[in-house]
Amino acid sequence: MSEREPAPVALVLVSHSRTLAEGAVELAGQMAPGVLLLAAGGTEDGGLGTSFDAVEAAVTQAVADGRSAVVLADLGSAVLTAESVLDLADPDVAARVRVADAPFVEGAVAAAVTAHGGADLERVLAAAEHAGTMFGGDAPPAASAFEGAVDDGVVRGAVVLRNPLGLHARPAAIVARMLAGFDAKVRVNGANAASVLELMKLGATEGAELRIEAEGPQAAEARDALVAAVDEGFGEV
Amino acid sequence: MTLDVAWAVDWVRRSAQAVAEHRDELVELDRQIGDGDHGENLNRGFTAVVAKLDALEETPAEIGDVLKLVATTLMSTVGGAAGPLYGTAFLRAAKATAVPELDTKGVVALLEAALEGIVVRGKARTGEKTMVDAWTPASEAAAAASDAGASPAQALEAAAQAAADGAQATIPLVATKGRASYLGERSAGHLDPGARSTELILQAAAQAAA
Repeated sequence: MSEREPAPVALVLVSHSRTLAEGAVELAGQMAPGVLLLAAGGTEDGGLGTSFDAVEAAVTQAVADGRSAVVLADLGSAVLTAESVLDLADPDVAARVRVADAPFVEGAVAAAVTAHGGADLERVLAAAEHAGTMFGGDAPPAASAFEGAVDDGVVRGAVVLRNPLGLHARPAAIVARMLAGFDAKVRVNGANAASVLELMKLGATEGAELRIEAEGPQAAEARDALVAAVDEGFGEV
Repeated sequence: MTLDVAWAVDWVRRSAQAVAEHRDELVELDRQIGDGDHGENLNRGFTAVVAKLDALEETPAEIGDVLKLVATTLMSTVGGAAGPLYGTAFLRAAKATAVPELDTKGVVALLEAALEGIVVRGKARTGEKTMVDAWTPASEAAAAASDAGASPAQALEAAAQAAADGAQATIPLVATKGRASYLGERSAGHLDPGARSTELILQAAAQAAA
């Protein structure tokens, strides 16, 4: 893992397929390097299915050192296996683990990025479960959370995307992670900038203007940091 | 008349034998409406269970010890949904049978606990074309036999017969739980493989008691 201490919430990704679980860990890990991500895919002999022992070992490792963990599972029996593991686990362990009702890949990415920001168990779980509705075509619901507060204390800014691919997965994760370090709520073109998925959903590419609105004690610092990161092209220009 | 730990061991060995003998049939049933791995998975699981029984240095003291060994081994080795489902069933049954011998009421408690485990884990009800459709009538038949003063062996015989009838009754059903539910209407006309394997396992329990 990274040189820093891992985030307080780890993820266990349970799939019928070893390669699918490992691929999801790779994908989510790129966007959240500070989170302990554990793959538990396939049967003991590498076939399709889920292994109780592999899931149990991953959960045990995930909650070591006082961490909590969110489990994401793909098809039915992966969920059943994960639940069985928690049934048999020490109550102290089971109390710190949640099985998310979430899409496997999208949920893993959203949960990982949220966990990277140091969020607690319930917030990481909510990020995973919210990921399901993110791809249903609904407007980002978090935008409404700012309503009514626009007139007082909102710090605004605008910046043009310089990197060719714009706010794709990696830069979106950089933004969400970076903003987690500020005591501020930030919107970009109406989307909640703490959410990788909402940022990605903007589909903003090179030349697009990002309108930034920030609130909170560190709103100005957050805006400035965001503007600087965009201006630098996320290291891609 | 009571059933002892030797009965439990014999039940498990007979279950393994029945699953091995019917492996291809279970595979074919599951291929029709599922992913085709039920026979293979269950056979792998029970083969591992028998290997663990063979490796025991001494006979366990309580029936629940045997059933817990079955539970944890199936969970670890089956790979498909049958692992956590049967695993939870045997685990709950183990908790209900932490005794060296079972009377008829004990047999009923075992079956009711197993059914409860499957329902909790699979979140299925009767009529959804799952193993619950075999376990539910089996548990009820054993309870009715117990009320009528049956011996443990007679209660298990009644449970096995009810499981067989319950399994047959899944044929016209449309699946609404499990992998078969993806087929919708096309799942009708097929015997549910989980209900069939339940029938085999409860038959083994009755034969071991006879």
